[in-house]
Amino acid sequence: MTFEKRVRFRSSWLPWALVAPQLLVVVLFFFWPAGQALLESVYESDAFGMSSTFVGLDNFKRLFADETYLQSFWTTAIFSIWVAGCGLTIALLLAVMADRIVHGGLFYKTSLIVPYAIAPAVVGVLWVFMFTPSMGVVSHALKQAGVDWNHLLNSTHAMTLIVTAAVWKQISYNFLFFLAALQSVPKSLLEAAAIDGAGPWMRFWTIQLPLITPTAFFLLVVNIVYAFFDTFAIIDATTSGGPGKDTAILVYKVYQDGFKAMDLGGSAAQSVVLMAIVIALTVLQFRYIEKRVNY
Amino acid sequence: MKLRNTLTSMALALTALSAQAQTEIQMWHSMSGALGEWVNGLANSYNQSQKDYKVVPVFKGNYDESMTAAMAAFRGGNAPHVLQVFEVGTATMMYSKGAIVPVAKVMKDAGYKFDPSVYIPAVAGYYTAPNGDIQSLPFNSSTPVFWYNKDAFKAAGLDPESPPKTWTELTLAASKLKASGHKCPFTTAWQTWVHLETFSAWHDVEFATQRNGFKGLNARLNVTTPLHVRHIENLANMSANGLFVYKGRAGAAGATFESGECAMYTNSSAAYAGIKRNAKFAFGVSTLPYYPDVKGAPQNTIIGGASLWVMAGKNSNEYKGVAGFFDHLSKTDVQAKSHQDTGYLPITTAAYQATEKSGFYKQNPGTDVSVTQMVRKTTDRSQGIRLGNFVQIRTIMDEELEQVWSGKKSPKDGLEAIKKRGDELLVRFENANR
Repeated sequence: MTFEKRVRFRSSWLPWALVAPQLLVVVLFFFWPAGQALLESVYESDAFGMSSTFVGLDNFKRLFADETYLQSFWTTAIFSIWVAGCGLTIALLLAVMADRIVHGGLFYKTSLIVPYAIAPAVVGVLWVFMFTPSMGVVSHALKQAGVDWNHLLNSTHAMTLIVTAAVWKQISYNFLFFLAALQSVPKSLLEAAAIDGAGPWMRFWTIQLPLITPTAFFLLVVNIVYAFFDTFAIIDATTSGGPGKDTAILVYKVYQDGFKAMDLGGSAAQSVVLMAIVIALTVLQFRYIEKRVNY
Repeated sequence: MKLRNTLTSMALALTALSAQAQTEIQMWHSMSGALGEWVNGLANSYNQSQKDYKVVPVFKGNYDESMTAAMAAFRGGNAPHVLQVFEVGTATMMYSKGAIVPVAKVMKDAGYKFDPSVYIPAVAGYYTAPNGDIQSLPFNSSTPVFWYNKDAFKAAGLDPESPPKTWTELTLAASKLKASGHKCPFTTAWQTWVHLETFSAWHDVEFATQRNGFKGLNARLNVTTPLHVRHIENLANMSANGLFVYKGRAGAAGATFESGECAMYTNSSAAYAGIKRNAKFAFGVSTLPYYPDVKGAPQNTIIGGASLWVMAGKNSNEYKGVAGFFDHLSKTDVQAKSHQDTGYLPITTAAYQATEKSGFYKQNPGTDVSVTQMVRKTTDRSQGIRLGNFVQIRTIMDEELEQVWSGKKSPKDGLEAIKKRGDELLVRFENANR
């Protein structure tokens, strides 16, 4: 902190003018829709918007009286823990290996980044092709290995499928950040440790990992948000929330009720609940986990 | 010949010149691929038949996407004139009184003689208000039928020319197919439409009270009767014994029949085109199986598909163009051709008779099965289904049935859960539209 250099603007309006474009984007695409959602959540309106009645907290009451909705909190928790956990671990593993590669590093890195460029719905379709019971490549191979794959009726299989697809899509992003973080770890530290006799594992555990915790923490937040919000297209294309409601995470129901069933009030109420959860989670992460992060 | 060509091109040039004075009729639809071309063809033939109006078909994504788009457009004052809406959206449209104009009114106002009795009752009835006015024009309608693989039947020692007519016969056939090594003797597409909604009409029992919602908003689901439980129990047992294999929601099972993996399945009659193109085996089509000991069975099956709704807020000249277009669509030759080209049901009795006379059903055996299932007098219980929030109710039925097939819930519990969760949505719709 001691070396920090502060630039001060003389005029009072220039800094505002400079951040204005960014602020405009944030207001237009984040605050305004969020405000709309808050407003809609206390109204009940018909499909064509011809009448809308103020219903107070009815939309919320109804949500929490619905046991399938409460169950989907649990589903969402399991899903996001798996997505964030697997996504971070696998990406870190790949980044550590890519960091050590001497030849052809560019090729590996590029191929690892490719999944990020694919649209979520396409990812879903791709995985569903491979895992279609009795016809997909993977499910056929699993059958040979004695696993009767059927994500249409087996909840564990269905959850595995959506976690796999969601993680696969997010690994590139995590990988990029981890790789950049690893490369910014000073080589001198690693070399000094190596001279002192520390093996690769020791060096990773005591030097690299502690130094990349800020990145890991950032990625944890991003991945949780990703699992909560960005995965509905994957779920829609793979399981449609089934079997039963076993893979219907919160955001999927928001999408289904709002865009397929035109229940704007109910859908808005759900997105408000979702917003509250993510805000709470992020605050929690910043308060407790951040303390263990070394910047 | 040359002269005629010149005349035609002159006429075309004139049409182009007069395009300025033409009134455009926007039509939003959800027909892609070959069906999209069919819609374009219909619009073209109308546009060429007169010069005052020009129907412009616009593909707006699948059914729920185009409906959402139209709702958003209506809120913004840019709704299309004509919107194609799937059958589960019927109640939503019908009760949105200020957003739509009933087709019967559009036709009458434009001076067309509009006789509801020319339409096939089981088709038009689905879209008819209690006062007898047709609310939307039936456009593409199909109905569930039974499809089977004749080659697989032969291999299992079954007679490929006598498909099972009842559920008992079907279970027997499934056992034989399984014994012959078939991994998937029977499956179904659109499980809720076939095995709960149509199943009810086919056995002449209510799917929901108040004549399936036709009589009023206070309808509630009626799927926990002994007959419904019996059928779902039957399917659950078949599932446990490997005779029925669940292949997913909506039309997902289609591919498994076309590939030959599944030997029998129930699906829309509109699956014909796909099966004909993809199946590398001889296939047959027959009426939906039923329980012969149920009084009144088989009654008639009910339709799926979509109808054309006229949106409110346009001027009378534009409505005249819409009425002209609808009149054109209902013409016997246009209808008969549509029916023969697409496999969708004809909407008028005359179109059915014309197709029969032309020998089409003889040349394409099985194409008349869906029509004969429909061309009957409907009862109060088999006219169709008109429930609010039906999109969500369908999802609920899918979810609960999956719990039954996987053995997590008993058939009775599953159906009771459907009733409980579905009724909550019906109550909400009733409150919102009272």
